Amino acid sequence: MLRDITLGQYYPVDSVIHRLDPRVKLLATLIYLISLFVMNSFTGYLIAALVLAVLVKLSRVPFRFMTRGLKSIIIVLLISVSFNLFLTPGTELVRFGFLRITREGLRIALMMGVRLILLVLGSSLMTLTTTPNQLTDGLEKGLGILKRVGVPVHEIAMMMSIALRFIPILVEETDKIMKAQQARGADFESGNIIQRAKAMVPILVPLFISAFRRANDLAMAMEARCYRGGEGRTKMKPLHYERRDRIAYTVIELYLVICVILRMVPGVPV
Amino acid sequence: MEHKALRDICLSIPDGQFIGIIGHTGSGKSTLMQHLNGLLKASEGAIYYNGEDIYEKGYDLKKLRSKVGLVFQYPEYQLFEVDVISDVMFGPRNQGLSDTDAKARAEEALRMVGLPEETWEKSPFELSGGQKRRAAIAGVLAMRPEVLILDEPTAGLDPEGRDDLFRQIRALHDEEGMTILLVSHSMDDVARYTDQVLVLDHGELKMTGTPEEIFRRYKELETMGLGAPQITYLVHELKDIGIRFESRPDTVDEMRDAILKLYKEAGGKLGKEVR
Repeated sequence: MLRDITLGQYYPVDSVIHRLDPRVKLLATLIYLISLFVMNSFTGYLIAALVLAVLVKLSRVPFRFMTRGLKSIIIVLLISVSFNLFLTPGTELVRFGFLRITREGLRIALMMGVRLILLVLGSSLMTLTTTPNQLTDGLEKGLGILKRVGVPVHEIAMMMSIALRFIPILVEETDKIMKAQQARGADFESGNIIQRAKAMVPILVPLFISAFRRANDLAMAMEARCYRGGEGRTKMKPLHYERRDRIAYTVIELYLVICVILRMVPGVPV
Repeated sequence: MEHKALRDICLSIPDGQFIGIIGHTGSGKSTLMQHLNGLLKASEGAIYYNGEDIYEKGYDLKKLRSKVGLVFQYPEYQLFEVDVISDVMFGPRNQGLSDTDAKARAEEALRMVGLPEETWEKSPFELSGGQKRRAAIAGVLAMRPEVLILDEPTAGLDPEGRDDLFRQIRALHDEEGMTILLVSHSMDDVARYTDQVLVLDHGELKMTGTPEEIFRRYKELETMGLGAPQITYLVHELKDIGIRFESRPDTVDEMRDAILKLYKEAGGKLGKEVR
């Protein structure tokens, strides 16, 4: 039952997007997300959607995989869209009893919906085309400047990759403990909310103990191999930029310019 | 991409047997075990327990799980209570017993696995590895199962702890009449303790029979990444140099008897006194 959870949902195919340097992808995602919040016209969203469509096509990730992430936000999406739709004051368009839809409400609701969908799709494109390891490598190198002001960038990146690595292990462990307790007659599916919360104790206690044990073992194993933080540590696959990365940066700059122009040009509220 | 963990498995387990299950890692042993008490549901086929189809609508799976006790590999990782006795009481409590009854059951189970009384009030995390293992097994026994399934119960125990535990499991079979299924990687243990052996390979049931019948086919077992008990190999090597036994010993005790028999037949002319 727990195995259905997909985290770090990397989709392994070979494409230009997959081969891009993770730093490029991180920056691109960041700019894309910001641009979605800054935009205030449908023209802008149309451009953003088109850009995303081209990128998805290039990444060779099936669209079905892209939309998977949307399932989890469907409720948030419905709530925010309907709130904006019904509660925005302005010129009235239609009325059902006490519910009324205004021109402004319709506009904001539509924008909100498009924005949320693009947000999720945009960020899942990154996680689908970048392995968790590449991601943390990219973060470590990309945030390297912060090291000068005393932020332990390497340690944070290492913690992230360990955490990601441990997710499947802990999921499997939970599954095993749940089964073992079920074999002793434990019941996780019936009862009220308090009974169900109580039923979690026989899972959580062993799970925590095993997590601590594993953490301890891992720390020991790392020390046994002379790990002592990022200082002087070399990489097996060091990141360096290629031609395609420079092209990608140019594309990002271009996109940024278009966004700024769209925002600056007055009187395009369409 | 579809992978079938088990296919074409057809077997019946008569009451009161001690059955060994052997198979290479990934052969489907653990998967099979988890089907037997309904933790996993087969995509096709049926399982009958005492003549009742456990997949039938309305069948009480919770009750089945208390009748078919399953001890997972490294069961000590499921301990969670503040003291040993409450942990063992977890199963009986889930069966709906009162605290006093559950406690009586727990004490009985703890005695069965030979855990000394002074450990009962201790935190399970203070016990030694072997004691933890026993406490966890007691946790399943306290439900008074009719069938006990053990997945590698002695993995990671020292030789003494292993022998002790096996002796107790054997006693559960001999004295309490429990049906026991034992998953093991140790051919010697299987030869020594079980009455019937099932051999799984790549999700299929390849052989069934008494240990003697199974280990006679050790060449086939080797192609499945398994083997035979040490003694079986010794018997075959002796055969090559002309020493033959009437019986086919697979365990140290059987071997001792066979050698003594040969010795006596030879008239005890080998010189030294043998006790």
